[in-house]
Amino acid sequence: MASKFFLIAQREYLTRVRKKSFIVLTLAVPLLLAAFGFIIAKVASSDNDTTDVIEVRDDSGLNIASHLVSTPQLRFEAATGTLAEAKKSFLKAKHDGLVVLPAGLDVENPTGVQFFGKGNISLKKELAVKNALDKAFSDLKMKKSGLSQEQLDRLRSKVVLQAVSLDETGKEADSNALATSGMAYALALAIYLFIFIYGVQIMRGVGEEKSSRIMEVMLSSVKPFDLMMGKIVGIAAVGLTQFLLWGVLSFGVSSVVLPMLMGKDKPKTEVAAAPTAPGAAAASAADEPESAEVAFDKGMDTQKDQATNPAGRFAFFNTIANLPLGTILFGFIVYFLGGYLLYGALFGAVGAAVDDQTDTQQFMFPITMPLILSYIVGVSVILRNPDGPVAFWMSMFPLTSPIAMVIRLPFGVPAWQLALSIFLLILGFIGTVWVAARIYRVGILMYGKKVTYKELGKWMFYKG
Amino acid sequence: MKPILEVLNVRKAYANHVALDGVSLEIPEGSIFGLLGPNGAGKTSLIRIITQITGADEGEIRFRGERLNQSHIAQIGYLPEERGLYKKMKVGEQLLYLARLRGLSREDATARIKQWLNRFEIKEWAGKNVEDLSKGMQQKVQFIATVLHEPKLIILDEPFSGFDPINANLIKDEILELRNQGATIIFSTHRMESVEEMCDNIALINRSRKVLDGPIGVIRDQFKTNTYEVEGTGHPVLSSPDFKVVEQKKRENNHFYLQVQLQEGVRPNDLLRYLIGSVGIEVAAFREKIPSINEIFIRRVRETMPETLLETANALL
Repeated sequence: MASKFFLIAQREYLTRVRKKSFIVLTLAVPLLLAAFGFIIAKVASSDNDTTDVIEVRDDSGLNIASHLVSTPQLRFEAATGTLAEAKKSFLKAKHDGLVVLPAGLDVENPTGVQFFGKGNISLKKELAVKNALDKAFSDLKMKKSGLSQEQLDRLRSKVVLQAVSLDETGKEADSNALATSGMAYALALAIYLFIFIYGVQIMRGVGEEKSSRIMEVMLSSVKPFDLMMGKIVGIAAVGLTQFLLWGVLSFGVSSVVLPMLMGKDKPKTEVAAAPTAPGAAAASAADEPESAEVAFDKGMDTQKDQATNPAGRFAFFNTIANLPLGTILFGFIVYFLGGYLLYGALFGAVGAAVDDQTDTQQFMFPITMPLILSYIVGVSVILRNPDGPVAFWMSMFPLTSPIAMVIRLPFGVPAWQLALSIFLLILGFIGTVWVAARIYRVGILMYGKKVTYKELGKWMFYKG
Repeated sequence: MKPILEVLNVRKAYANHVALDGVSLEIPEGSIFGLLGPNGAGKTSLIRIITQITGADEGEIRFRGERLNQSHIAQIGYLPEERGLYKKMKVGEQLLYLARLRGLSREDATARIKQWLNRFEIKEWAGKNVEDLSKGMQQKVQFIATVLHEPKLIILDEPFSGFDPINANLIKDEILELRNQGATIIFSTHRMESVEEMCDNIALINRSRKVLDGPIGVIRDQFKTNTYEVEGTGHPVLSSPDFKVVEQKKRENNHFYLQVQLQEGVRPNDLLRYLIGSVGIEVAAFREKIPSINEIFIRRVRETMPETLLETANALL
């Protein structure tokens, strides 16, 4: 009956793929994502583009102002006139702040330095100004102790930290927590979304079939198991098609359309970066491609520094190259398909068990629970501690392992654990399909009956 | 005639009731077989076993002498009482899909679909979604889907429900035509007049048991009560103990209607002779009163009631 199964899967696939809603959704999502990305990039870059201008009134006579180093984000200018005039003029000039260094300031114990700003001063700005002042003071002190500018420059160092993961065999690999976590997160999200979106479609499809009363006709031609699996596989093909198209279109949009839009902003960024000769290393952030910046902005600041300076970026891509990509791909496919089939059968059973879409809630809950739980725990607990007991047990239990295990995969999983987990997943898959097929078989011909869990239990043991 | 389908001692029980209890039937090839019974008697359960939607707990079904199996699906067509089609599918595609599931090749199916749509004059609807069709039109499509793969055995559950008289007649003619081409039709219905008109054989199921079956003429003979109807003019007085007047009606212009049951050993000619010999009696019509299937149905259902009630009582004790 393989050909019937194929016919069923084919119908499920074609009727869905040809729907207008499928085409619209497939086209709209990448565009929406691109628009979303564009807005984030815009916001992020405009945030970095703006240069805060701080006026400095130096009454200390120590010439501290000359030691303040401007960066692309912060520019210091000398204030003119009296204190009262300076206060007025910085507001008028739309400058962002005024630093007042009072007369008789003690280099060893600099108190009484004031920072005026428009309204409330943001913590970020305050910290930036404080850092610049700290640096200026230490420069001044070092100069006083007899060091030349050249010596000063040499004293200052910029450390680039390269993280290396060392495995038991002594093999070294570049490690980048952001790259590894990002990959784990992306894989888990893909599986989670796929199971959810298309699992619900299975449930709806069965429900529609049931309410259109075509089941009896179908069942006199095909076995219920073929009908259920045909639907599950057909919808999986729909999902894969959609995901694939989303992938291709997103890539197309982000690599063709987005740079065209962003291109206009490019010169402006460079102009803003140009006047800042000193501190060039830090300034390199502005020259990064926006797409990279968007991704890294989500990460931690230290990671961002690492990723944005050339050495860090090298490490980022190196890390990805050094991940066990073969294992990840293999595992992803196994858990993606296994998880989908396992949950798909359950969703199908729910669709068969109830008459009314509104009744689905009570049966949906126990199915979506482990799915949502494994996702939430996955991206919080497992992502932080991929080798902990929670991670271990959740990656063994078949209802949670599809998500839990793919999160662990990029961090490296012992082979025996992977093997055991896949074995359990297959067992779980067979078990759930068996249960689901029985519920399905009885449920699809059952009308006008409010189904309870007890009832479902009985269905398992009905004879053919 | 050799039976196309044999039902041997089939039993089917659900969680809290027995749907079929030791039912045996033989369905002769090339006949129209009426499967009758009140609601809940077990007809649908039996049909679902024959169509392999469910299986029997006990007993066996044989299709042309072979134990019923998946290979017979292509030779059986089924129109369930609960009609249903994929609403969002186009008529032509839907028919093609259902035909191919029944084992027809794409080419054969396409050619036959064209033929049938022409025959039912709904060709222009082939590209429309099923949900855009009227109910009668959907029924036609469903009927086509049932017979498209030219099954040897066609099972129709209440085939006329939902049809207007014109379309019901169209379907009736199609059923007779299919029979003439050699197909066997099992026909489950409550509409007794169509049973009488079309069926060659019937079986009556009541309370999960078969209570009656056989060729329709034989059954009628079984249920004959030796009663005759007489119409004519005059004032008949039947004083002989040989005749029992069941019903007597006086009509305008001296007309009468009589229903007379003959005692054992008395022949219809005796009644006729008696009437002709009576003064002032003119006989215009004389015919045997043959019980209608409806009457037989109701009588048999009533007769089998106490038995089953007794059983229930015994089971409780």
